[in-house]
Amino acid sequence: MRVIISDQTKVQYRYPARAVGILGAVMVIVSIFLPWSYGQGALDDVGFTGAPSPLQMFVVILPVLVLVLLAIPLVGKQRLGKVAKVVAWNTSAKTASIATLVTVTIALAAIAIELKGLANVEIGGWLALIGAALAALATPFLPDSPEPTLERVKSPKWAQIVGIAVMMAAVLFAAAFALNQTDAGAFLTYLAFLVGVVLVLRQFGVMGWIGIAGANNNRVLVMSAFIVAFAFPFTQDGSDANMSIASQVLIFAAAALGLNIVVGLVGLLDLGYIAFLGAGAFTAAVLSESAFSTIDFHPPFIVTVLIAGAVSSLLGLLIGAPTLRVSGDYLAIVTLAFGEIFRITMNNLDGNDGPNVTNGSNGISGIPELNFFGFDFGEVHTILGVEIGRFANYYWLMLVVIALIIVVFMNLNYSRIGRGWVAIREDELAAEAMGVNTFALKLLAFAGGAFLAGVAGAVKAHHDVSVTPDQYVFLESAFLLAAVVLGGMGTVVGVLIGATILKLLPEKLRFFSDYRLLLFGLLMVIMMQFRPEGIIADERRQLEFHAEDEELAEEIEEELITHHAHLNPERKGFEL
Amino acid sequence: MTQVTSGVGHHVDASTLLLEAAHVTMRFGGLTAVNDVSLNVHAGEIFGLIGPNGAGKTTFFNCLTGLYKPTSGEVRFAGAVLPPQPRLVVRAGMARTFQNIRLFHNMTALENVMVGMYSRTKTNAIDAVFRLPRHRREEKESTERARELLDFVGLTGAADMLSRNLPYGDQRRLEIARALATDPKLLLLDEPTAGMNPQETRQAEELIFKIRDLGLAVLVIEHDMRFIFNLCDRVACLVRGAVLVEGVGAVVQNDPRVIEAYIGAPAEELPAPQVGQPGANPGEGIADA
Repeated sequence: MRVIISDQTKVQYRYPARAVGILGAVMVIVSIFLPWSYGQGALDDVGFTGAPSPLQMFVVILPVLVLVLLAIPLVGKQRLGKVAKVVAWNTSAKTASIATLVTVTIALAAIAIELKGLANVEIGGWLALIGAALAALATPFLPDSPEPTLERVKSPKWAQIVGIAVMMAAVLFAAAFALNQTDAGAFLTYLAFLVGVVLVLRQFGVMGWIGIAGANNNRVLVMSAFIVAFAFPFTQDGSDANMSIASQVLIFAAAALGLNIVVGLVGLLDLGYIAFLGAGAFTAAVLSESAFSTIDFHPPFIVTVLIAGAVSSLLGLLIGAPTLRVSGDYLAIVTLAFGEIFRITMNNLDGNDGPNVTNGSNGISGIPELNFFGFDFGEVHTILGVEIGRFANYYWLMLVVIALIIVVFMNLNYSRIGRGWVAIREDELAAEAMGVNTFALKLLAFAGGAFLAGVAGAVKAHHDVSVTPDQYVFLESAFLLAAVVLGGMGTVVGVLIGATILKLLPEKLRFFSDYRLLLFGLLMVIMMQFRPEGIIADERRQLEFHAEDEELAEEIEEELITHHAHLNPERKGFEL
Repeated sequence: MTQVTSGVGHHVDASTLLLEAAHVTMRFGGLTAVNDVSLNVHAGEIFGLIGPNGAGKTTFFNCLTGLYKPTSGEVRFAGAVLPPQPRLVVRAGMARTFQNIRLFHNMTALENVMVGMYSRTKTNAIDAVFRLPRHRREEKESTERARELLDFVGLTGAADMLSRNLPYGDQRRLEIARALATDPKLLLLDEPTAGMNPQETRQAEELIFKIRDLGLAVLVIEHDMRFIFNLCDRVACLVRGAVLVEGVGAVVQNDPRVIEAYIGAPAEELPAPQVGQPGANPGEGIADA
């Protein structure tokens, strides 16, 4: 459903639309000084007069954006100078007001649900809703602004670096605040606010500019991303609950990145990928000094990691060698079966049905904490006055693992091998006819992806303390695949976001755990319909999904020629 | 262009046999698509393969390049029997283009050509992950070489364009550049001028001569008679899977059997049929039987 307002109408009503939009925004801003709910049990106490809660302070940023975006152009374009012409004022004001409406609606719905009844919504809430609705109804009557061209404006290097730093700081702050939301309603409201702000910035042109700044200062971007990720435990003030979620997210993301090589880069459908994670975990568990370990060989962890990776990639070779010669559909079925075979085999290696390796369904528990040169991962360390608990230690270890996986991923992608993979995805027969060893390349991806999953699995074994076969069910493979597809096949950032969403949402939104699968299924259907390339799109993947879209092809090509930064094989990769 | 010559050029001795196809037969069930075809292509020559639609030209090409394994017969290249595997055929020194362009559409022109260099480079996963010297050297060399080849086929400046955004004629040239990147001794072109206008056809002709001048042999399938008799040292006409005539252009051109195969036998009661443009029949798939 798309209501089209004619350009003529827009020009005719542009002044009243702007005025009503500003009025609406002001109403929402005023509303946070009024109580939104009667009781205090909803969100984070939004029932006070004159004292906005932290959540409201965030939410109010959206109407402030509406106000600013609508008011500044009133100064007049001539007086605003050059920069004002390259950003999209009107369209981003429209996005901001719609985001305000969505966020306020979610907040009010949360109040109504948590306090049982709409009657609990107070005057402030209604004022906010009416204001947001007014703004959202009025702003579409503004004339559309042209596409923002902020990214083409030349900016000094220091400004670009400052921009990256500000963005990273914002990401850290946002992530820390999000994890600390214990109330599901508050979390959802906050999430809607975040998505809204990102969309507004994108519409306004800031995201494009940041993207170019990032591409120009790749090293700064990558370094600052890792500094932020590294600093994250310090924002949690020793909270094990949040760090446990964060470290689980990282383990999940590491496996998803490995799967991304197979699915995203080569385009093979692997439905049993969790088995490789499991193989790594079981290998590490058996080789650990657990009392339940069945083998009397306990190498240091660094050796264990390599063995775990090797075992996983050996399994990858075993399953891949016979199946990679046939077309994709067979591979999906075989890997699906392989995942189940792995789980059942681990169940049966219990001493009754086979040799005792895994203690059957009991698995291997009591896996000791890692210890690197006397640094015990199980102990709480105090660094810079902040307590760094057990999960934070594993979080940091996983951060290192993920960094290595990203290096492997990027460097393979931007090499002769990565080009071969793209060629296979595009036209396997033509690739073969041009001398590309398609079978070997597919096998390499399969075994390589399995190796990375095995490494992640080895850390997971120590992180989880126990390893049992029922952790590695088909559903987990499906979730990994969903993270890759949702986030954006073939991208690193996208898959990190996808993995975070799929792991974090169920943890934060306990109330919908019964409907988890239903909602994720729905989400996937919606994504496939409207944005099959995922949240963050890999340019080439985007082109593949929109084969008929000539405009998009022109656009991406122009980006290639002007910035020379995306698909060029010479530029990307990390020097080690 | 001198760099290219030094890169691609092979020592040419026109008497050297490059490709020997001996009694190649390809059957699909009861259908004999290629029937006992024997052809020889010498180093440095341009050899034309003509024939009406469905004569088995592309099937024969596929037999040569390892996409099909011939039912019987043997293909020897530079003295050795060719393994029926496309990538090994490429390694041996034979590269092809496709009748219906099969570029990697979402890669840039430069990347397309660099894929063609796959079989001549050795960077492995370890080199790539650790950015070892071999990776850096080969990436640099491949990029330079790919740019040279793009210059050579006349696509200077199109390096960063997505191949799907290139005009039709340029896509055909890019396919030739990609095939040249495999460093072949024999280039197989499957209808290189299909769908081209006369000017583009003339440019294609010049390009093929330029390739021959580098010392490569060219085996070309074409429908455009003027094009083929201008271009080729020798021509073979394939009809219903079998070689009808083989020889220098003039001989084949005037052979009554060739004329008959293309336009049918003169029938007394019907007016003589108009000689149409035989090339105006596109749509032969790769499995043209």
